[in-house]
Amino acid sequence: MQFYSRRKKLIGNSQTEQLYGHCLQFYGQPPIENISLSEFETFAVDRLKLLKTVENLGVSYVKTSEQYTKKLDVEFSNLNFPYKIEADDRKPQTGPSEYEKRRKDHISHFILRLAYCQTEDLRRWFIQQEIDLFRYRFKDLPSKNITEFLQYNNLHYHTISVDEKTNLMEKLIKSSFAVSGSTVDCQDFYKVPFQDALDLVRTRKVYLKGGYVYIPHQDVVTIILNDFRTRLSKALALTARSLPAVQSDERLQPLLNHLSHAYVGQDYSIQKSIGKISLEQIDPLSAKSYPLCMRQLHRGLRDSHHLRHGGRMQYGLFLKGIGLTLDQALQFWRSEFVKGKVDADKFDKAYAYSIRHMFGKEGKRTDYTPYSCMKVILSNPPSQGDQHGCPFRHSDPELLKQKLQSYKVSPSGISQILELVKGMHYQLACQKYFELTHSIEDSGFSLNHPNQYFMESQKLLGGPGAGVKVEVKREDNPATKPPHQTSGPGNLPQEVAAEITEDLDSFFQDA
Amino acid sequence: MTSADYDQASLPDLLPLYYHRLFPFSQYHRWLNYGGVTKNYFQNREFSFTLKDDIYVRYQSFSTQNELEKEMQKMNPYKIDIGAVYSHRPNQHNTVKSGSFQALEKELVFDIDMTDYDDVRSCCSGADICPKCWTLMTIAIRVLDRALRYDFGFQHCLWVYSGRRGVHCWVCDEAARKLSVAARSAVAEYLSLVKGGEETVRKVVLSDPIHPFITESLTVVERYFPQYALLGQDILGSKEAVDKVLALLPEDILFLSKHALIKTTFFNQTTAKKGHYFEMEIMLQYCYPRLDVNVSKGVNHLLKSPFSVHPKTGRISVPIDLKELDRFDPFDVPTISLICKELDQPKTEKEQEDTMENENEKEAGEQRKRRDYKRTSLAKYVKLFDKFLEGMAHSRKGELLKNSDLQKNF
Repeated sequence: MQFYSRRKKLIGNSQTEQLYGHCLQFYGQPPIENISLSEFETFAVDRLKLLKTVENLGVSYVKTSEQYTKKLDVEFSNLNFPYKIEADDRKPQTGPSEYEKRRKDHISHFILRLAYCQTEDLRRWFIQQEIDLFRYRFKDLPSKNITEFLQYNNLHYHTISVDEKTNLMEKLIKSSFAVSGSTVDCQDFYKVPFQDALDLVRTRKVYLKGGYVYIPHQDVVTIILNDFRTRLSKALALTARSLPAVQSDERLQPLLNHLSHAYVGQDYSIQKSIGKISLEQIDPLSAKSYPLCMRQLHRGLRDSHHLRHGGRMQYGLFLKGIGLTLDQALQFWRSEFVKGKVDADKFDKAYAYSIRHMFGKEGKRTDYTPYSCMKVILSNPPSQGDQHGCPFRHSDPELLKQKLQSYKVSPSGISQILELVKGMHYQLACQKYFELTHSIEDSGFSLNHPNQYFMESQKLLGGPGAGVKVEVKREDNPATKPPHQTSGPGNLPQEVAAEITEDLDSFFQDA
Repeated sequence: MTSADYDQASLPDLLPLYYHRLFPFSQYHRWLNYGGVTKNYFQNREFSFTLKDDIYVRYQSFSTQNELEKEMQKMNPYKIDIGAVYSHRPNQHNTVKSGSFQALEKELVFDIDMTDYDDVRSCCSGADICPKCWTLMTIAIRVLDRALRYDFGFQHCLWVYSGRRGVHCWVCDEAARKLSVAARSAVAEYLSLVKGGEETVRKVVLSDPIHPFITESLTVVERYFPQYALLGQDILGSKEAVDKVLALLPEDILFLSKHALIKTTFFNQTTAKKGHYFEMEIMLQYCYPRLDVNVSKGVNHLLKSPFSVHPKTGRISVPIDLKELDRFDPFDVPTISLICKELDQPKTEKEQEDTMENENEKEAGEQRKRRDYKRTSLAKYVKLFDKFLEGMAHSRKGELLKNSDLQKNF
């Protein structure tokens, strides 16, 4: 792939001019230069911070809103990544040049590929953030650059003829915000197979006929994103296969491992308070220390003696996270289901399997981790008959209000919560709920996991579920490793490694 | 109507007969083989069987039609599910290196279940159905089939009665079978208008601009709405029912004369004032198809097979003729006990003649056995399936010609 450049004022020689001619790229070609280990790490960590910011902002703000853009702009410039086409390069620049920023962008992306290619979850996370990042940067591109970009990357999306446009005029107008009677005439429409424009199809933001979508030029970003996603997905699969060679390099292995575990933060998969909760305590605990989503699920279970699959997964894993053993879990679910339409036999046949599965005792033996807030909010929305999901996100505001009233939350508290919900700050709303139900001013933590809610609550109330601080699923901190070190000039000094990992640790603890 | 004669306890006696003489294996294999275009397509397909006493076995696969027949006749499954075409033979998946055994392709499927409409039907609930609420399935089929055909360009959609309370759709186009998880999920989302669970009162929210898909779907719904909802379901017939409808209206509208307003807006085709789509929302909430996205999303999802028996009702999962859709009656679908009984009836004279002619052919006995379904109520459904398969074969031929033309092979 050629990086074609028309920029006249680029700093640097003509070779580098060719390489980073565009501020935005598909990351098709890996970098082929030599870099120092410290640059390797700095680049990687900076990009990870950037992606983590992208993730956090993406949950709290609408991705195209002004606040989102502003905050991300700040992060970009703080971390020295390229984000806008510099109008005039001749201005004296403080800090890294545009070229250097683009080089960092390029290299850091490929480093993180190494760290995030190994499992389905990691890949999904990485792809999601890189896509959001790409979308954010693409938005600002003037249309001339878009056309250039399409050309560089050989994306041949076919425009439709004027006749066809006239025939479809009304339908085109009715299909998207972007298109009105006047704009139909002056812009091109691209006819693209629907598989290449899934985001537009999913949200019904485009006209679809005979398996093709008709996209106005200005919406072309979505199909490009799709293309990017596909390429990145394939690339990660390839990277995973060549990973063993990279991992055998001892200089890189600790950092890559640390990077890939860092994003997860606390996943509550290894509980220290196993068995400290008895089944009789669950009812009172649900009123005192459960986040609203789990309280709703528990209530639903008690009332109808049944929960559908989505609810069983969300609540079942939560229970695992607060310390229930497999036996307790089986007893809990069975006793409840048996009160309903399921007899003990059927329970053992149909439902016990899936509970054991949750605890990693069946099938692939994957030890499933309790759902984080992000997962509950963003995936598997509830439909008719379901009780799962995030009440702040998925419930009717009216019903949410009634529910909060029945839980004796003060009217002013309720309106604060509803304000936050309106602004789509679901986790903040839940945090507010925590503060109101525990009668404190400031929760003192940033909520991103239902089990975190439970633990913090128990800590406050001095209950059995507080346990010890939960062990995070990652490598031992290199700083605490014994001084044994494989010799070699390229080795990363212990202190530097420790510093970087501490740096990462503290960054993610704050999240 | 001998459906009343069906008793689940007689399944162990009826199933062997069904699988020996009635199940259309030849057509079934023809379907799943897809013209043999892709190597091992049939061999790598996963089947799962539910046997007597709820024993469930997955990862069944077969090399040939014959092997499938023999196995099914041996196991007499109560239920048959069809899964994906995998990278290797499913029955050998344990020998494959972990991670390499992948689901590659499968038909795009939809499952419409009557229980998902419980909040909007007054005649039945749960697993029950009746002619009044069956209209919901008719509407669902019309809306979805239109969209799959015209919006997505799919040509080979097989609609099947599930045997009790719903319908399934199998989209068999090559492009459909190759769809990724993300694509299937996008298609399902595109087709979804009714969103929300127990906690959501207003499940359909429309805003400008109204996408052509919604307009087209509404046209279908409006055709059925007066008869189905206003008369059959009587959604304005009691205070309770009216209140339910009113709960869906924005508050400022409620100031107007409630009853009169609703009755007139439904019968007048008034163009909605900007932002006032509530009458469309109400119609959609009461009638628009409710599909389970999770069923459609997964490439490896297992779905009940056509011509499988429904153990609780005894009914065969038969294909539905879209040309006669308004006349389809789920209570008229043959049960396994009915068709087994029909087998016992003495042959008519014509049938005697036919079989005597075929005596001269080599596999006369076999053929006679296999075509026994023709003497039963199952016949017309197998014929429908045949037509469907013909359509696909025709398309495949067209594709081959097109490709060879492109390569200049004349």
